[in-house]
Amino acid sequence: MLKRFFPILLSILTFLLGWDLLTRLSGIPNFILPSPLSVWSRFLRAMQDGSLLHHTAITLTEIVLGLIVGVLFATVLGYALAKSRALEKVLSPYLVASQAIPVIAIAPLLVIWLGDGILSKVVICALIVFFPVLVNTIVGVRSVPTALYDLMNSLHASRAQIFWKVEAPASLSVFLGGLRIGATLSVIGAIVGELVDAESGLGFLLQLGDFQYDTPMVFVAVFTLIALALMLYGAVRLLENKFLKWQN
Amino acid sequence: MSHAPILTIRNLSAVFQNENGGLRALDDVSFNVRPREFVCVLGPSGSGKTTLLRILAGLIPPTSGSFTFGRGRQPSIGMVFQQANLMPWRTVIENIKLPLEVNQMDEASARKKAIEMIELVGLQGFEDSLPRDLSGGMAQRVAIARALIHDPDLLLLDEPFASLDAMTRERMWTELSRIWQARQKTVIMVTHSINESLFLADRVLVLTQRPGKIKMDVAVDLPRPRKDDIRYTSNFGKLARKLRGAIE
Repeated sequence: MLKRFFPILLSILTFLLGWDLLTRLSGIPNFILPSPLSVWSRFLRAMQDGSLLHHTAITLTEIVLGLIVGVLFATVLGYALAKSRALEKVLSPYLVASQAIPVIAIAPLLVIWLGDGILSKVVICALIVFFPVLVNTIVGVRSVPTALYDLMNSLHASRAQIFWKVEAPASLSVFLGGLRIGATLSVIGAIVGELVDAESGLGFLLQLGDFQYDTPMVFVAVFTLIALALMLYGAVRLLENKFLKWQN
Repeated sequence: MSHAPILTIRNLSAVFQNENGGLRALDDVSFNVRPREFVCVLGPSGSGKTTLLRILAGLIPPTSGSFTFGRGRQPSIGMVFQQANLMPWRTVIENIKLPLEVNQMDEASARKKAIEMIELVGLQGFEDSLPRDLSGGMAQRVAIARALIHDPDLLLLDEPFASLDAMTRERMWTELSRIWQARQKTVIMVTHSINESLFLADRVLVLTQRPGKIKMDVAVDLPRPRKDDIRYTSNFGKLARKLRGAIE
C-alpha cells in the first residue's frame, strides 16, 4: 500500500516544498501568490465557519445532477443514433454544430433563461457532459461484433436480451471512457455557470475571493475543485475496475 | 436410419443485392436430412456454403425456396462459428450457459447443465477462466459446449476448425465425433476439407462454385467410431478421390 502511493506522495511533497520556497525567496506578495501555509490556514478557517462545505455541497449537487441528466440523454440518444443511420444523418449536423459553440458563450444566455439558481448550472453541466458520452456510446455500440448478434439471433434471443447480454457489456468499456471525460468536464460546466452569476457554490467563492483580494481563498476553492474532479474520475475508475475486470 | 426426413430443403436460392444487380450465392438447392444424420456440405470458398447455413439458422431469409423442419415448428439451433465467438467478459461456464439464460432457465439448473457440458468437452478446471486465457482449441470446445447445452434440434457448424492448427484440428475431429456419438444430434457442417468431411460425416454434399448448386451427394459408409488411421484405408481413399474430382 505504502509502496504504491510512495511516488505520488513524494511528488506532492516536492511540489509543496517548491511552492513554499518560491514564495519565500521571490518576495511575491501574499495576495498574489500565497504560501502553502497561508492557503492551509485559510482552508481551516473556511472549514470551521462551514462556508467551504456549504459551497462545495452546492457545486457537487449541480455536478451530480448535471452528470445524471447529461449521461442519461447522451446514452439514450447515442444508442438510438448507433442503431439508426437515418437518424444519425438527420441529427448529426445539429450535434456537430452544437459542439462548435463553446459552452462559455451560451452560459450567460442559459443563466438569463433559467435564472441564477441551481437549474442553469445543472443544464450547463449536462450540456458539457453530453457530447463525449454521446460519441463514446455510439462508438461503443457500433463496436459490438456482428458475430455476437448472429449468435444471439441463432438462439432466438429477444431485443432486450441482446441489449443486456451483448450490447451493454460489449460497449461498456468505451462508454466508461466517455464517462471519465464527461465526469471531469462536468466540474468545468458547474464552475462556468457559477462564474456567470451565482449566489453560492465554489465558483461564487472563487469570485468572492477574487473581489476581496483574498487570494488564499481562491486557492482553497481551486484545490477543492481539483479534489472534486479527482473524486469523480476515481469513481468512474472504480466502476471500470468492477465491471471491466475481464480486460486486464 | 431410414426415418422420414427431419429437415426438408426445397429449391433454396439466395441473391445478395450489389451494384451489378445481384450476386447469386445459392442456386436451387434441395436436399433432405434424416434425424441424427451428420451432413457435411463441402465446397470451394465462395460456393455459398456459409450462406446456406445462415439461412438454416434463420439469420438471413432465402430469396426463394423454403425449408421445413420435421416437427412443424421453428427448430432450436446450436451454432458454432469459424471463430469461437465467445463473449470475452464471460467466464467459460458463463459462456456455456448463455443459451439457457436466453431460454430463461433457472440459474441452478443452468449451472448444473453447464458443468455436465464442461465434462463432455473435457474442460474441467477451466470453468472460471476467461476466453483470453484459452487456446484456440479450448475456445472452440467451449463454443461446441455452448451450441449443445440447450439440446438443440439442429447443430450447425460453420467451418468450426478452420482457424485451428493442423494438429489441434485433427484432435478436434475425434472429439467432435465422440461428442456427436454421445449426443446423437442432427448436424449440418460446412467445410472445405475433404478429410474433415469424410472423418465426420454420414453424408457429404458437394457444392459447385458460385452460385452454389448441389453437384454430388455421397454417402460415407465408413464404420464408426472412426479412428485416426481410417484415413489410410482404401475405402477412405476412394471416397476422397471421388470428392476431390467433384470439387472444381
